[in-house]
Amino acid sequence: MIGEVLLAAQGIAKHFGGVKALQDVSLTIRRGEVYGLIGPNGAGKTTFFNCMTGLYVADGGSFQFAGARLAAHAPEQVARCGIARTFQNIRLFGNMTALENVMIGRHVRTKAGVVGAMLQTRATRDEEAAIRQRAVELLHYVRIEDRADDLAKNLSYGDQRRLEIARALATEPKLLCLDEPAAGMNATETAELRELIDGIRQDGTTILLIEHDVKLVMGLCDRVAVLDYGKLIIEDVPAVVQKDQRVIEAYLGA
Amino acid sequence: MDIFFQQVINGLVQGSIYALVALGYTMVYGIMGLINFAHGEVVMIGTLVAIAVTSSLIGAGVPVAVAGLGGLAAALLVCMALGWSLERVAYRPLRGSPRLTPLITAIGMSIILQNLAMIIWGRNYLTFPPLLPKINYEFAGAHFTLVQVAIVLISAAAMSGLVFLVYRTRLGMAMRATAQNPAVASLMGVNINRVIAAAFVVGSALAAVAGVMVGSYYEIAHYQMGFMLGLKAFTAAVLGGIGNLAGAMAGGVLLGLIEALGAGYIGDLSGGFLGSHYQDIFAFIVLIVVLMFKPSGLFGEKTGERA
Amino acid sequence: MNKWLSPKSFFGIVLITAALVALPFLLGMGGGQAWVRIVNFAILYIFLALGLNIVVGFAGLLDLGYIAFYAVGAYTWALLASPHFGIHWPVWAILPIGALVACFFGVLLGSPTLKLRGDYLAIVTLGFGEIIRIFLNNLNAPVNITNGPQGITLIDPVSIGGFSFSGTSEILGLTLSGPQKYYFLLVALAILVIIINLRLQHSRIGRAWQAIREDEIAAKAVGINTRNIKLLAFAMGASFGGIAGGIFSAMQGFVSPESFSLIESIMVLAMVVLGGMGHIPGVILGAVLLSILPEALRYGVGPIQMALFGKMLIDPESLRMLVFGLALVLVMRFKPAGIWPSPERKRELTEKSGAKA
Repeated sequence: MIGEVLLAAQGIAKHFGGVKALQDVSLTIRRGEVYGLIGPNGAGKTTFFNCMTGLYVADGGSFQFAGARLAAHAPEQVARCGIARTFQNIRLFGNMTALENVMIGRHVRTKAGVVGAMLQTRATRDEEAAIRQRAVELLHYVRIEDRADDLAKNLSYGDQRRLEIARALATEPKLLCLDEPAAGMNATETAELRELIDGIRQDGTTILLIEHDVKLVMGLCDRVAVLDYGKLIIEDVPAVVQKDQRVIEAYLGA
Repeated sequence: MDIFFQQVINGLVQGSIYALVALGYTMVYGIMGLINFAHGEVVMIGTLVAIAVTSSLIGAGVPVAVAGLGGLAAALLVCMALGWSLERVAYRPLRGSPRLTPLITAIGMSIILQNLAMIIWGRNYLTFPPLLPKINYEFAGAHFTLVQVAIVLISAAAMSGLVFLVYRTRLGMAMRATAQNPAVASLMGVNINRVIAAAFVVGSALAAVAGVMVGSYYEIAHYQMGFMLGLKAFTAAVLGGIGNLAGAMAGGVLLGLIEALGAGYIGDLSGGFLGSHYQDIFAFIVLIVVLMFKPSGLFGEKTGERA
Repeated sequence: MNKWLSPKSFFGIVLITAALVALPFLLGMGGGQAWVRIVNFAILYIFLALGLNIVVGFAGLLDLGYIAFYAVGAYTWALLASPHFGIHWPVWAILPIGALVACFFGVLLGSPTLKLRGDYLAIVTLGFGEIIRIFLNNLNAPVNITNGPQGITLIDPVSIGGFSFSGTSEILGLTLSGPQKYYFLLVALAILVIIINLRLQHSRIGRAWQAIREDEIAAKAVGINTRNIKLLAFAMGASFGGIAGGIFSAMQGFVSPESFSLIESIMVLAMVVLGGMGHIPGVILGAVLLSILPEALRYGVGPIQMALFGKMLIDPESLRMLVFGLALVLVMRFKPAGIWPSPERKRELTEKSGAKA
């Protein structure tokens, strides 16, 4: 099941003014695995995410995804290639319904244009129906189908996280990147989230997980990378990472 | 070469007026993110009040210099009161409403002020009484007048005063803090309402000064004069990077120079195809080109997208 | 979707249709056509407001130079159907050309500027509007293209298959004046434009516009090419403006740069915002109110003053604009989301004020 390399980051560097947020970070994610990226606050996890998804331009290095080089600073192309993400501080389209949020996720895989919309051609109507149907399925998949017609901003925190995942899944990603999905969740919600992530993996989507909750990461991930002060200190299976002296020091601040 | 110097001088004079008006736009924008479209009308009111007071004082036999100062004082008072009431009555109730709401209010206020001025002062052009003796100077083949010198000097003084206010006083510090982050500033004990009101009052005072200068420079005034002037000044503020004081000053002077030189050379540049009545286009074309390469204006801070 | 109308809405449609058909005859009863003309202009403003609504309301891009596209459409018609160049092309050719030329200008303006932040975009579009107007004003020398400030006269009216929309004619025993004929043409077009706008709003592209307005970064992250989609909004808005301009030209028989000043752009924007940004019925209401109100005041303020004071105290022209400005300020004060906002926006605002209290 876990096979060839899906994403390879080579020597990624990023600095903001004099601050070196990322230095020479290289890692590989294989198809089918859940890959954890952890590290103390400010270690550069989200910066790495933003470089990969094209929101930032890396100052050095490159990303290879599914055999091709990822375009720098073109988030929409990155999404088209098959990388979808969620945001640490949830970014939904607040004044649109939950269903519409997921329907927007289908944008990149559909193609109806202005003329089709104006004339309401058969193809447009069929596509629109398919978009809606797929969105309903995805809401069902993340178990918030009963909130479909509520505005996204009126959903509970946990449901907003789920909606963001559903929206990301709607883009048919090969790699789903979750930025601290368990942040601010209680134990029950975290357990449910874990179940959801497990399900997504079993359905064949590779997952990159940034997380603070070390327990969640260690229990869920096939492999884990640890960032500290913008440098990758280890990349291995959880059992090895857990015992590594440098990781313990990074977290305890020795 | 003479025409070059001549146009540089004209541009500097016009530019310092733009700069003063631009400061009013940029202060309000920097602190509350509002384009106060009615600001140009404040300038117009300043000019017309100064005309009314100065002329009647001169008519009553008061010496011209005193009458001029009286006119300036009256313009300052009226404009500051007007700026304060604009904020208090029109904009303050709209805080927290959708972004375009205060913009429409500003447009509404602009229409109201123009028509009030027309009702009070009529449709016709008014002549501004000459405040300074008509003395001509010559330098390197270029001519300029005492009024022009005064305009540049007074603008510079007014702007220095503003810089002192913003960077050396408690009120200025509160203004800068509010511009950075209103929520945090208010947690730190800054009275946001007072700061915003102060920005309007100070901006309107500068507008009054600019109004008197425009009046004495062109020697005529009209109820519609504020609109285009305001527009140009706003363009200058954006050119420099809106919300940035130095940017507004530089943008104003630069716009004045561009317009003057543009008007002087456009015929030659286009091989006679375009005449000097294309002057107004210059400002906007430069603006568009600058923003294409520097999307936040010449001196604006780069606002990075945050994920 | 229910294909059959409920009796209630069926009755509503019949009523509205009857009112729309009767309106020009009621307005023309006194023999004068002034009010029919005013209503015709109100409908033209509906076109404009709906076009601008695509840009401002749907995609959230502040455009202060929208009238430039109206001008481009109007001059395209004027140049291709008047004695000025001696060209008299038919309506089915010029109207699409006008839309295309306006669309081209929309893309021309949009492609370098759409990456600008909100208020910077606003001033650039404003500048663009002024540039267009100044060119129209001055392109009479050295080659006379626009005839300068005098404008272009004797423009052909709309005529379809030999049937001209200007002048009086007899149809089915009814005598119809020029403005009345245009009225029916405009209503037909308005219905088409409204349907197109509704369809756009509830389409894949419409959703993408809304997503960009809500959160541009999130929109990019789900794969929306924000640049192209914004450009599309600009192009669509511009095309609507171009079509409206063409009809304006034909209806007036005369165009000059004066009709396309900045205040017109601001007026159309005020219609969109005052009516209820992004909400098609609200925008239509805004357009109707703001185009009728100044005219109603024109006929109202003079006689009322005479009745109250027995003489003209204040110049009626400035009084009517004063009332108009006051109306803008008051509506924004008490209805900050517009007179008829979309249900979601209304909820958003009441929640906000509720949270503050």
